[in-house]
Amino acid sequence: MSPQVIERVIQVIAKTQHIPPESVTIDKTFEDLKIDSLDGMNILFAVESEFDISIPDDRAPSIRSVREMVEGIEALLAAKATAPSASRNP
Amino acid sequence: MTRRVAVTGIGVIAAPGRTRPEFWDALVRGESAIRPMRLVPEGSLRFSNAAEVSSYRPQDFFEGKDADMLDRFAQFAVVAAREAVADAGVKITPELSARVGIVTGTSTGGQTSEDDQFRALYADGRSRIHPLTIARTMANAGSSAIAREWGIKGPSYTISTACSSANHAIGHAFWMVRSGAVEMAIAGGAEAPFSLGFLKAWEAMRIVAPDTCRPFSKDRKGLILGEGAAMLVLEPLAHARARGARVWGEIAGFGMSSDAHHLTQPLAEGAAMAMRSALRDAGDAPLEAVGYINAHGTGTLANDATETVAIREVFGAHAAKLMVSSTKSMHGHALGAAGALEAAATLMALHEAVLPPTANYSEADPACDLDVIPNVARHGMEVEWALSNSFAFGGLNAVLAFRRP
Repeated sequence: MSPQVIERVIQVIAKTQHIPPESVTIDKTFEDLKIDSLDGMNILFAVESEFDISIPDDRAPSIRSVREMVEGIEALLAAKATAPSASRNP
Repeated sequence: MTRRVAVTGIGVIAAPGRTRPEFWDALVRGESAIRPMRLVPEGSLRFSNAAEVSSYRPQDFFEGKDADMLDRFAQFAVVAAREAVADAGVKITPELSARVGIVTGTSTGGQTSEDDQFRALYADGRSRIHPLTIARTMANAGSSAIAREWGIKGPSYTISTACSSANHAIGHAFWMVRSGAVEMAIAGGAEAPFSLGFLKAWEAMRIVAPDTCRPFSKDRKGLILGEGAAMLVLEPLAHARARGARVWGEIAGFGMSSDAHHLTQPLAEGAAMAMRSALRDAGDAPLEAVGYINAHGTGTLANDATETVAIREVFGAHAAKLMVSSTKSMHGHALGAAGALEAAATLMALHEAVLPPTANYSEADPACDLDVIPNVARHGMEVEWALSNSFAFGGLNAVLAFRRP
């Protein structure tokens, strides 16, 4: 996991939840951080903006910890990097 | 079961004041809170004045993410409800919570949140909408937030009838308390209409005054939009007396009617029918005992003249003795909150024996030949009964009858 991605995710969660960034660490679950389902949607929305990605609806419910979020984002960033750019299409 | 219903708590946040005492003091001074608009870019509209809650900061009232959850209008609803509940001196215990009702009014709900997000989608090229937009925009956001604030589990709902919303809401809450359906109710209205999109729609109707709101004055040029909220705590008069609560006044009657006429043009017959219905609902209150009417008094050419005709129709010769004022001249037309701000003003007027004036009044209009309390409040006026009128676009009328404690 990239330390930069971890740090950006921590900042997004802290800002969205109005909690200190120090309280958010890679090992915390959403339950630890008192993030409920509505908070989770807000965080996904903020993360999509932060990384310019789109998190599919079927992936969202399985993200229940900071680690799962970082891993999910990295997978989406990797897929984005290898996907053919629309501009190359005729 | 029919019980007398007391108002024991009043909370207000509006342009003239962020609390009930501030609001009332400004009204007694005859001080209009209509100022140049700050919530939309200067020069973007043909009108430039409004009655805004100036320098409102959510963080002064809500912690952390609580402020993110609520649109400005719903925040106003909660702020006013907090003051009302504290003012009533009631403790909403778990036992009581299932027997408390909440009815709020709003015309346009959380449309500033919607405007903001739709602009991002249509104009800024964003492809996504914030996930809280539905929850922030829903008209019942105010009543739901009030329920969560105190864990209130009784009936909670919202009425949206444009400019009559708050009167309809208070009237229904009154009926629930009177009938015994609930033991206590929190009722009122909340509005925050200042988004560019919504104001452009008002501009297109050509009924917003370029200067200020001068109800019943010959040189009136239209309404001035306002915002804010007022909430009342209602409970049976006998309970209020038993617990030694201060009673601001009684709500004694509620009347409704529909013009079934024109989308925007008022009809005197419909307004008169609602006033008569409120008096009948109050146990056929004697016309001569009504001393004050807080008018709908928007400051449009059509409303004020039509309302004058309606009042004359209902009260006949007694109309000459009635004192009538439009406090919209000071707090603006807060649409779905208007009736609630005016209920607060009417209750204070009865309790304090001071009748608030129609501010900004400059010239008599033969079409509005009532005693409209021009510019200066009347002190020492012990009025027994008062009405508060609300007449909405769509021809929906709602009138509350109040009685001195």
